[in-house]
Order: sequence, then structure tokens, then C-alpha cells
Amino acid sequence: MIEAPIHLYPTGPLVALVGNPNCGKTALFNRLTGSRQKVANYAGVTVERKEGRLVTPVGKSVRILDLPGTYSLYPRSLDERVTCDVLAGRAVGEKRPDLVVCVVDATNLRRSLRLVLAVQRMHLPCVVALNMSDEASARGIRIDEALLSAKLGVPVVATVAIEMQGDQALRALFDDPAIWQVSASEPNLPEAEENLQLDHERVQSILRALNLDRITPDETTAQIDRVLLHPVVGPVILVLLLFLIFQAMFSWAAVPMEWIKDATTWFSEQVVQWLPDNWLRSLLADGIVAGAGAVVVFLPQILILFGWILILEESGYLPRAAYLLDRLMGSVGLSGRSFIPLLSSFACAIPGIIAIRTIPNARDRVVTMLIAPLMTCSARLPIYALLIAAFIPQKTIAGFLQLQGVVMFVLYLAGILGAMAVAWVLKTLTAAGRQVRPLMMELPTYRRPHLRNILMGLLHRAQLFMRRVGGVIMVLTIALWFLASFPGAPEGATNAAIEYSFAGMLGQGLAVVLAPIGFNWQISIALIPGMAAREVAISALGTVYALSATGAAATDTLGPLLAQQWSLPTALAMLAWYVFAPQCVSTIATLKRESGGWTIPVIATTYLFVLAYLVAFITYRTALALS
Amino acid sequence: MQPLHTAQVGQLYRIAEVQANAMMPDCDRQLNELGFFVGEQVMVLRRAMPGADPLVVRIGMSTFALRAAEAALIGVQLEHAVVLAAGSVA
Repeated sequence: MIEAPIHLYPTGPLVALVGNPNCGKTALFNRLTGSRQKVANYAGVTVERKEGRLVTPVGKSVRILDLPGTYSLYPRSLDERVTCDVLAGRAVGEKRPDLVVCVVDATNLRRSLRLVLAVQRMHLPCVVALNMSDEASARGIRIDEALLSAKLGVPVVATVAIEMQGDQALRALFDDPAIWQVSASEPNLPEAEENLQLDHERVQSILRALNLDRITPDETTAQIDRVLLHPVVGPVILVLLLFLIFQAMFSWAAVPMEWIKDATTWFSEQVVQWLPDNWLRSLLADGIVAGAGAVVVFLPQILILFGWILILEESGYLPRAAYLLDRLMGSVGLSGRSFIPLLSSFACAIPGIIAIRTIPNARDRVVTMLIAPLMTCSARLPIYALLIAAFIPQKTIAGFLQLQGVVMFVLYLAGILGAMAVAWVLKTLTAAGRQVRPLMMELPTYRRPHLRNILMGLLHRAQLFMRRVGGVIMVLTIALWFLASFPGAPEGATNAAIEYSFAGMLGQGLAVVLAPIGFNWQISIALIPGMAAREVAISALGTVYALSATGAAATDTLGPLLAQQWSLPTALAMLAWYVFAPQCVSTIATLKRESGGWTIPVIATTYLFVLAYLVAFITYRTALALS
Repeated sequence: MQPLHTAQVGQLYRIAEVQANAMMPDCDRQLNELGFFVGEQVMVLRRAMPGADPLVVRIGMSTFALRAAEAALIGVQLEHAVVLAAGSVA
């Protein structure tokens, strides 16, 4: 995999790939560099800047930079700004490209050409890659490359990024010294501010010359849309699909999750068996193995959810879902565009918040950032699952509904309703909230998802998640183990050792604040690492109880132990707390990076804390009064 | 001429104007960038129910979802009418 931060490549000519969102630019980049990157069918998915290296047929080494997709060089969203800055030579730590490859969607020449004209106006050497030329000819669109090249005054080559040898013509072109110079035959375009009408006339004259100056219906996509965007059938399919995704996340993941649990137990036992009983054994078995195992166990669920999202993205369905939900989102002052980041947030808030970049409206970006953490991310699942299994009886209500399942559904719903309420409040309180939100979203042609792309995307997610396990979560788990183990119990102590440790002291302090919402000191301790990464709260509880239990209780599973130790109101308050609980440190860091300051993360953390405390308080008091 | 959001579904129109609107700054420019230009052919493929908002619009070789308020900025004429007066539009 050739993929590195830009500053590690100081030498060699730099080629930038520029194109509209969805023109297959990322696929072409992968083909050229052999790099692994996600390819998707949702407009604007290339939000990270990626660089790779290519060796031409005669052995020349070239740096390739994949710029985010854009419709124009008039930046509106954040990723469009990156593209503009790099081309203008304004980007920090990045030299101006030596050559621009304008990746043009052959099935949508009209819009792509305007971008080519804008790039030409920047006086950078430029070549046109006529991408997806196979799809164009399949749809009966014939493009005369020689004529197009003559009209534009730059070389034009056909590419098929999804095919093995589809980039040969472009590779060979890099060896032509002439293309690295601004073409002499290129018309000298005026560098005026308002060129839109001028460019448009030129595009129309080119299209007329190529005999493409007409509306082109897309029958297959229109046929599918007739069903999927149907006013009644469409929403029903969307709800069924979402239901199926969540169902899959729970049922398909069950078996691999059991394997991971068994493996963790086995590892732990091995450690206990082979090491003498000292602090190192305790660190390995109770800290590292148990902590990591409690987190890795969610990997199957995360992968299943992301697998679905990737399939929907690749096929082109996601923007349609956003279209169907536009009215609903509009009622709380957002556009359908916020749907995709929010859906991703159900797996993990981090990729969700990163996807917010593609929303053009600044206010919508802020609101979506504030509510994304309220979507129940899969890190909260284990806490829900553990507490529901321990406290909610397994019985059937209303004839066919499982009570446990209903409670789980209510928790998810509470997050969604909470998010909608927050968005609604923001809409009502702010003047900008009452403006009409722009939608203007492309509904791409349906495509069959490529298994290779989906697997690559999943691999990427798995790596990301595992790195988190290896990094932040691991450090925190070990830190907690340390806090819970030192200082040891004094001679002749009667209570569990952990009560004398740093963690015990800290938890007892925090418990004073959290007592009104029914939390005991064990929960208070677990919440500390839980802030750092939500899913760690479970392993923290495990550590706290495994270490504090004397004798046989330590070998029991956590669920029955909690059922014994906590009251039902406490468990319900804990669930309510976790619906709104402030996000993990990684999420806050992502918020800071994406919003470019501390304002948004501080506001988000504060309001989520207040909300979580209030709702947990109400839940606890209500449950106490009723029991 | 009529605004695009009132256009008949499945009927071919040609764009006669793209207006600016103070309530939606930059909207006309964005529409231009997506390809909504005077002289282009355009067709409304469907309207969402209820409320006929947003619309699905075909322009050139791509499909967009537009809010009715956005589509209202685009003035269109039935295609045969444009053909008759081709000289004045092109």
C-alpha cells in the first residue's frame, strides 16, 4: 500500500487528480498507484487527501495526489476548499501541482467540462482522462476524443478505472514531455471573476460539436427509482431496510462475538496458568487481556453495520434515502444531507462526524455535529446489552414482542428523538435556523456494488478500530488497572482491596455528585474510563467488580453480579445516562479537528453532560417512586 | 414561461432563466454549477409526497433532488415553444 502523509514525498513531479464527485476519480487513483482507498457511489465521499506514487512505462517516478471531488473551483464545502487551495498553490505544506489530470465522467460530460475550463484558467498544465468510458458506450454515448481534445486544446485519453488495464493510456501519457508544459494551443482564457456564462457557452458549443447537446434519459435508474422513490413504497422499503440492518447487526454478530469472548477467556486462563501470582499476572489477565477482549468483541457488529452502509453507498441508494427523509429532517431545520453522517454515527460517531464535511451549509454542519453523538453508536451497545440482560426479565408482551428487544428499541429511539429535539430547539432559537436549507443533491446512477471495494472499505474500518483498541483504549485500560490496584489494601483490611486504591478514592468522591441519579461508587469509577472510550466502561466495571469481589464471585460473569448488586432504578438510570452520555475522547478530538476550534466540542460535551444527568435523574426518581 | 416546480412530470422543458433570490444567497450560482443554465433541457421526473417537495429533476446526463424553493428560481418553457423561438433563446 502506497499511502503516506504528503510531506513525506518531497521529490518528483506532482500530479493532481481533479474531478466532480462520483466521477470514479478515487477508483482511478487506486488503479494508478495500487493504493487502497474506499471507492463509493455517494457524492463527496473522498474527504481525505491521499497521495500515492506511480512509475511510468519508461521508469519515471510520479507523485499522484487525489483531490476531493468538486463541481467548481468556487469552494463551498470544506473538501472543495482543499481542492481549490492545492490548485492555487495556497495549501500549507504542499507544492503546487506540476500537472493536473482532470478526471471527466464520460457519462456526464456537460458538468465535468466546466470544471476542466476552470482548471485551464489557473494556467496549470492539464490533461483530460475520459473516465467511465465503458459505461458511456454501454449507454449509447459516443465521444469523439480527438475532436474533444482539439476543442479543449489539451490531450484527452479514455480510461476505465474499474478495469485491470484501464489506465494504460494515461500512464503512457506521463512520459510525454510536452504535457508537462502549459499547452500552446490552449486558448488564452480571461481571468475574470464571473466566467460562468462564458464557460457555459463554451461547454454548449463543445457539446454541440460532439452531438451531445440533449437531455439523456437513464432508463434503468429511472425504473428503479419508480419503486424506491415511490411516495408510499419508497419509505416502507427504507424502514424495512433500516430494520434489516439493525436486525443483522444483532443476530449475525452473535456467533463471532461468542468466539471472541471464548478466546478472551482462554487467553486469560493461559496467563493465569503460566505466570506466578503477582502484579504482572494481574495486569496481563485482568487489565490487558480482559480489557482488550471486552472491546474487540464489538468488531463483528461494527463490521456488519459498515458493510451495509458501504453497500448502500456504492449502489447509490444513500442519497435516495436522504431524499426520502428530507421532509422529516426539514421539519427540525436540517436537510436530507445530514442523514448520511447520522446513519454512520450509529456505528461510530467518528466516521459520522468526518462525513459532515460534505454538507455545504455551515449551520447544518454545526447542528449535525452537535447531534451526531446522540445517535446510539455501537460502543454503547454492550452496555445496553449487559444491563438489559441483567435487569429486564425475558418475557413476551402484547403477545409477540420481546420485552428486552422493546427496551433496546426504546433506547435507540430515545437517542433519535433527543437529537431531533435538540435540532428543533436550535432551529427555533436561531435566526439562521428558519432559512430555507439548500438540498441540491445528486442522485447518482445505480451501480452494482463491487465486492472488492466493500471488502477494502471493511478492512480499513477494522484497522481503524483495532488501532483504537491498541492505542487509546489499551492505555486507559491499563491506567485503570493501575488505579484500581494501587495502593494495595492495608494489613488486616476487611473490605475488598479496590476500596483502598486510587480508583476507590476517586469513585467515592464522584459518587457524591452522582448519588442523586442512583449511581454507586463502582459505577462512578467505571464512568471515568467510560468517558475516554464508552465501551471501556464495561471492562472497567469488570475490573472493579472482579477486583473487589472476594472469592467465588470473581469467577462469575458480570451480568448476574450486577443484578445482585444494583437496584433496578440504578440500572435504568445508567441506561438513560448512556443514551445521552458525553462522547468518548476520540469523538471530542474529532469534533475539534472537524470544526476547527474548541467551541463546538465544549458546547457538545457540556450540553450532553447536562442532558444525561437530567434524564438519568428523572429516570431514577420515577423508577424509585414506582417500585 | 413558468417556474420549474410547477412543471409537468415527464414533460421536456428548456430553461429560460435562473433567478437570484435574496433569501437564498448563492443559490443561483450553485444551480449554474450543477448544470442548470439558460438553454439547457430539463425534465421533472417526480415529486415527493406529500407536499410536492423535494423534486427529482433530470438535467443533461444527471439527476438531482431539488427543493421546490430551489426549483422555483428556474424559469422554464415547454420544449416545443422554445423550438419555435429558437433564435431568441440561443
